[in-house]
Amino acid sequence: MGQRIDVNHLNVYYGDFHAVDDVNMVIEPNKVTAFIGPSGCGKSTVLRTLNRMHETTPGAHVKGEVLLEGKDLYAPDTDPVAVRRDVGMVFQRPNPFPTMSIRDNVLAGVRLNNKRIAKSDADDLVEWALRGAALWNDVKDRLDKPGIGLSGGQQQRLCIARAVAVHPQVLLMDEPCSALDPISTLAVEDLIGELKDEFTIVIVTHNMQQAARVSDTTAFFNTQGSGKPGHLVEMADTTTIFSNPQSEETENYISGRFG
Amino acid sequence: MKKLTADKLFRWTATAAGILILGVLAAVFVFLLIQASPVFFGDRAAAEKTISSFTGGRTTSFLAFVGPLIFGTVLASGLALALAFFVAVGIALFISHYAPKRLSSLLSYVVDLLAAIPSVVYGLWGALVLVPNMYPVWQVVNAVFGWIPLFAGPVSNPPRTVATVAVVLAVMILPIITSMARDIFVQTPLLQQEAALALGATKWEMIKLAVLPFGANGLVSASMLGLGRALGETMAVLMILSPGSTYGIHLLTASQNQTIAANIAAQFPEADSLGVSTLIASGLVLFVITFIVNYIARRITKGGGKLTFRKKEKK
Amino acid sequence: MRTPDFDKFKPTRSSLAARKRTDMLMRVLIYAAFLVAVIPLVSVLYTTIVHGITRFDWYFLTHNMRGVVGGLYPYGGILHAAVGTLEITLGAMVISVPLGIMTAVYLVEYSAKKRLHKTISFFIDVMSGIPSIVAGLFAYSMFSLIFGPGTVNGFVGSAALSILMIPTIVRSTEEMLSIVPVDLREAAYALGVPKSRTIVRIVLRTALPGIVSGVILAIARVIGETAPLLIAAGSISSTNFNLFSGRMTTLPVYVYNEFQQGMASCPAGSALGTDAWGVCVPGIRMERAWAAALVLILLVLVLNGIGRLVAKVFAVKTK
Repeated sequence: MGQRIDVNHLNVYYGDFHAVDDVNMVIEPNKVTAFIGPSGCGKSTVLRTLNRMHETTPGAHVKGEVLLEGKDLYAPDTDPVAVRRDVGMVFQRPNPFPTMSIRDNVLAGVRLNNKRIAKSDADDLVEWALRGAALWNDVKDRLDKPGIGLSGGQQQRLCIARAVAVHPQVLLMDEPCSALDPISTLAVEDLIGELKDEFTIVIVTHNMQQAARVSDTTAFFNTQGSGKPGHLVEMADTTTIFSNPQSEETENYISGRFG
Repeated sequence: MKKLTADKLFRWTATAAGILILGVLAAVFVFLLIQASPVFFGDRAAAEKTISSFTGGRTTSFLAFVGPLIFGTVLASGLALALAFFVAVGIALFISHYAPKRLSSLLSYVVDLLAAIPSVVYGLWGALVLVPNMYPVWQVVNAVFGWIPLFAGPVSNPPRTVATVAVVLAVMILPIITSMARDIFVQTPLLQQEAALALGATKWEMIKLAVLPFGANGLVSASMLGLGRALGETMAVLMILSPGSTYGIHLLTASQNQTIAANIAAQFPEADSLGVSTLIASGLVLFVITFIVNYIARRITKGGGKLTFRKKEKK
Repeated sequence: MRTPDFDKFKPTRSSLAARKRTDMLMRVLIYAAFLVAVIPLVSVLYTTIVHGITRFDWYFLTHNMRGVVGGLYPYGGILHAAVGTLEITLGAMVISVPLGIMTAVYLVEYSAKKRLHKTISFFIDVMSGIPSIVAGLFAYSMFSLIFGPGTVNGFVGSAALSILMIPTIVRSTEEMLSIVPVDLREAAYALGVPKSRTIVRIVLRTALPGIVSGVILAIARVIGETAPLLIAAGSISSTNFNLFSGRMTTLPVYVYNEFQQGMASCPAGSALGTDAWGVCVPGIRMERAWAAALVLILLVLVLNGIGRLVAKVFAVKTK
């Protein structure tokens, strides 16, 4: 179900500023890949290039290629709108559409394509997505209530439900727990473990314990200092990265000596 | 001790200024009522004679005199709002979401320029440039939409009509609505815009999902403020419209309607004291209408957006 | 629970194409909206310049309308209207600038949570919504009741314009005062500086460029007002320097009057054409109206420019 991503010689620029330098990596299907590293290392930037969300920042552009199942996301005939449908995203802070009900939030993505969806189909999809996001039991009696009435953790799970409802192949998560309390964080982490059966998951986190808990593969990014481009230091099995890293930079970072 | 008195004095002066404004407003409102009262409580026969002369003998009752004026005022400004609203929202979106960053401040300035041009210049331009050029346009409108009573013929030439007036009024209120709408649109949370885009929305779908719902209240409020401005606009109407005093809705036909404000300006120079009273009474009616419209606008803004934001800052 | 059939929700080629078309259509409409707004702006500026330039000269600026008959020489000018606009606007400033600024000081510095704050704030809003012609009637009624019916002079005009200016000044000053950082005030209080001195020396001083800019923009707004002055100040063809007595023509009223009178009559047998001794110019009133409109636009644009420049150049960095 999930698809594989190949990143080849990826460079990201904001205007003249070289933000990320020559990243090469393979993201395996139906695995959880974590991006870790100090702030300013470009991990979020790289994540956002995987569904071309970086393009919403004026002046941002890339060189190199990102292949989704062999198809270049940056080929001239590739439509960024279509890319984002295949590669969904969950953000740092929960961002349900405030004027919409819980149900409409979940359906927002599919409604873009199908103006008229049979009610029974829609009901099935809403239940499937909310169950998938471990939110169904919390909200099944108030699907018509606004989404912003939920708690922070529930809102974030609603956003996950909204993202999986369009059934993408890849799900990007940009520090999805950074605005949540520990209990909600745990719930979302459990959820990530379940979601990888269906999706390829890439998660950016600044919390190393979280990376160790949820991910199969970990990529460590670093930068030489502010104003210098970020780069990929190493990428390997999460256990390897945390027990036996190749690079001294990585070891320093994960042992807390730096960053 | 001396410093303390200076302190108090300054405080009192500031307070007095605030209270003075209230006092002046109240006094002036009372003065207006006093000036208008002879129409209702004075010599009935004289009042009827005055109104009769204003309306060409059509009526002697104040309500029958002011009724068509209210209708004309609301008709012209409502139409102006209908014309301006979509264009204003379009420009605001253009500035906030479509134009390149560097261009958008220049564009905002262009819109502000539209607001800076005095109304008498718009009136002059409307009467001498727009009126001669609008006749063919209205003919086409009549030919295509003539089956709708609003656009039924005959099409007057020169078109000193409500339709032409509405175009000029629309241009005049455009900057008000645009600048308010732009201020709200740029405040749309980036997170919600990204949420829409990440679902695979096109730019327009993103605007529909995130920007417009966020700005909805503000847009209503902006429209009301624009409407308030159009309701009170005098010169453009006075210089363009060929007045009439009916409840006619044929926008393309001249000599059907007149607005309160333009009527005051047109009749004032020749009015006797009772005539002035009548006009002041109609001015009060206009004031009440604009007050209601503006009040609605402020109520909506207070619900969300700028004003609440400002209050938070103060804490 | 049934697993939904995701193929049902998959975008089809035609639905994607339709979405692209809508997106493109909206993009075109939004660009078009902008063009639609530029057309009247360009047209107004262009026609005013083209028509106004013919009579926009030194003679026009330095003569009034005394003894001007029909389309014959003397061709008349706007001196009296310029004087009127200057004096009436100055009068309005004298009333509204201190009142507006002090009210804003009261609102921001003294009344934070009081009921009076709400009341004043509400009535400032009411005031800003008053139609300009009603402001003219306000001023007219007040002066008629105090100084006798039919009192029309420059100062009545000033009073009418003040009603339009005060809310703008209060609001912009309020905004500028609330930008001044609280630390600055607290630092002064900590040094034992009394509140009034802190406000005058520090708060108002810091906010001064913004306040001045707000005042200039408020002037630019009212200087083009016509309707209230038509009622409150009337018009006259000779130059009246006395703000407190007699009618006073202003530039916008001048534009309106010239426009209103239509084509000039020319004596039978007189030569028609452009300015020359004894030549009659039938369209002279429109020419004068356009030229005065040009002066008015220049005035407003210059004031706007200065207002913005003051705000930009002298702005205190707040961040």
